[in-house]
Amino acid sequence: MTDVHDEQLDALLARLESDADPVEFDGLFADVDTNADASDDGGSYTLDVASSDERHENLSESAFRSVASDDLVAPYVTNWYYWEEVVGDRGRHRRAFLRHAEAASEHSVSDRYAALRSGMHTEWGEVLVTATLGEDGQRRYEIRHTEDRDAEADDLDTYHDPLDARDIATYDERGRYRPLKTAPSLVSGWVFPDLDGRDAVETLDVLYPASVANWNLEREGDLDVTHWHETAERQTGIYGVVEDLPGEAVDWMAEACCVDSQCLKRREWEYDEGHELDADGGTGAFPCREPCSLVVAAARKWTRLEEEETHSYEFELTPSEKEQVEEIVDAAADGRTEEIREADVYEGANRYRARFLRAKRFDEDGNLSGTPTHPEDHEADAEHDDGH
Amino acid sequence: MQALVIVAHGSHLNPDSSTPTHRHADTIRATGAFDEVKTGFWKEEPSLREVLRTVESDEVYVVPLFISEGYFTEQVIPRELRLSGWDVSEWDSDGLSADTATLVAEDTGQTVHYCGPVGTHEAMTDVLVRRAETVTGDPNVGEGFGFAVVGHGTERNENSAKAIEYHADRVREMDRFDEVQALYMDEEPEVDDVTDYFEAEDIVVVPLFIADGFHTQEDIPEDMGLTDDYRTGYDIPADVDGHRIWYAGAVGTEGLMADVILERAADAGAEIEAAIETVREETRETPAAGD
Repeated sequence: MTDVHDEQLDALLARLESDADPVEFDGLFADVDTNADASDDGGSYTLDVASSDERHENLSESAFRSVASDDLVAPYVTNWYYWEEVVGDRGRHRRAFLRHAEAASEHSVSDRYAALRSGMHTEWGEVLVTATLGEDGQRRYEIRHTEDRDAEADDLDTYHDPLDARDIATYDERGRYRPLKTAPSLVSGWVFPDLDGRDAVETLDVLYPASVANWNLEREGDLDVTHWHETAERQTGIYGVVEDLPGEAVDWMAEACCVDSQCLKRREWEYDEGHELDADGGTGAFPCREPCSLVVAAARKWTRLEEEETHSYEFELTPSEKEQVEEIVDAAADGRTEEIREADVYEGANRYRARFLRAKRFDEDGNLSGTPTHPEDHEADAEHDDGH
Repeated sequence: MQALVIVAHGSHLNPDSSTPTHRHADTIRATGAFDEVKTGFWKEEPSLREVLRTVESDEVYVVPLFISEGYFTEQVIPRELRLSGWDVSEWDSDGLSADTATLVAEDTGQTVHYCGPVGTHEAMTDVLVRRAETVTGDPNVGEGFGFAVVGHGTERNENSAKAIEYHADRVREMDRFDEVQALYMDEEPEVDDVTDYFEAEDIVVVPLFIADGFHTQEDIPEDMGLTDDYRTGYDIPADVDGHRIWYAGAVGTEGLMADVILERAADAGAEIEAAIETVREETRETPAAGD
């Protein structure tokens, strides 16, 4: 049951009075013939909804109000009120997301109202948005971490202000700063249980900045993708050098930084318009439209590093030690070093194993197998890079 | 509908870098003067490239939370915001007088009133003084006190020193503190020798920086001799060479900074007078003078 408030009916009638066009929205049809003679027995209003075969015509205002309050018709009226009067069309991206959250383009109002009563879910990065039906056709939205999908809301920390999401998004579960908000490291254990549409989108915009806008621009075929080459050309100052990063290194960079295990945005930028990158762009709900500032900053470092020529070194390692070096690189690259148990000496990246290798193979200057990095210049300065 | 967007540097490494930006945005948001208040960053998200699309309003006041005119305000921000037809001559500035330019953002079509940086606005002088009040806990601080404004110096940007001199002159003209001095990190007169430049026993030292970080939390305290190792902390005031140094930390963390942001937007045409009055009072941490 959805009640229609007088305020909602007043708004619908006012809309019919103020605009010559009929209301045609989500299966609701309402019209008024302003030329009809008010003294006629019949009225001048027409009301019709998609789920009913009956078209109500020649209604007086009071009959219109009565029909609009009918159980079958009321959802269409409250639905119109929510979308046209409450949400409106000023926030184009916001409206598009909220429509998406109840699959409005796919289902009739009556089906949606039934589904909203039990909650309609949308995954957005690592969060789950649940749209429900509030009073009088108002929508309410709950946002929580997908890991907390089945948790009781009472067991989660409760928030109501979208700006509180800033604190949630700032640190990972080990307390480390998250400079990339779309890294898959959002902490769980919280819930925004009861947001209106504006605050729901605002919360998402804090957790995943600009994701709603970019998602909708893409949906509308209007996403402005800026590829690597163009991004690099635009850089100035200390980042001007990134233009010199070789093409194959851009591929390695995308593989290192932009795959789903590192970032939840779906990479839509390529090397340039005509050259795709080999790395997987990912399957995220929302797109990445250009290399972010973290990628550009890292590219600066890689540009410098890739300027170096390779050099042949000779190292003495046992086969197991060679494999151990590879395991250490893998563990660091996959962020697993913290997970490796202290006594798990079967893992090459175990701390004791690494310390043993260092004790055995490094000389007092930290050179692997005693082989200097710059054989011709033992005093080579370590590079200091303050880029941040 | 009018929106305010505060743009700042931000950091990939230091989560505290953007804290003052968010706090000032919250202060302004609470006044209700703008339909929307958003923040955008060079190093954080939303990026300068994407912040405007998170704003629903057609008319946007953009205020850079930077200390001086230079590379960021003249090149990086207008470029990243895609302000069509931007040229630094739009500001017609002598290095201190950038006020506003009205342009259109190429990607969103919004009208953007691009303001000069907060650091060069005359209201910034009041924030420096407010910072002195906050750090001493005395709303009437002045008599018997020296006042030092600290900046980077000209090494990277000559306008940086101009802003320091400008505010030091304005504090001096107030005739409130016994002595006023501009000091620098990388040129004479150096902040290292702060006590050489003052007769007054008590000296308030306020760095003209937007956020606390490496320079204001590590370099300057150690350079002045407040501590040998910033990690062990320091007293406020700290005794150095027979003086008491009241070290305030970055001026940008002072609540009244929100007022300078509003002043910039007001100068660019935003109608927000009531909010300015509110912010001036509500950000005060010491009892108002005369109370």
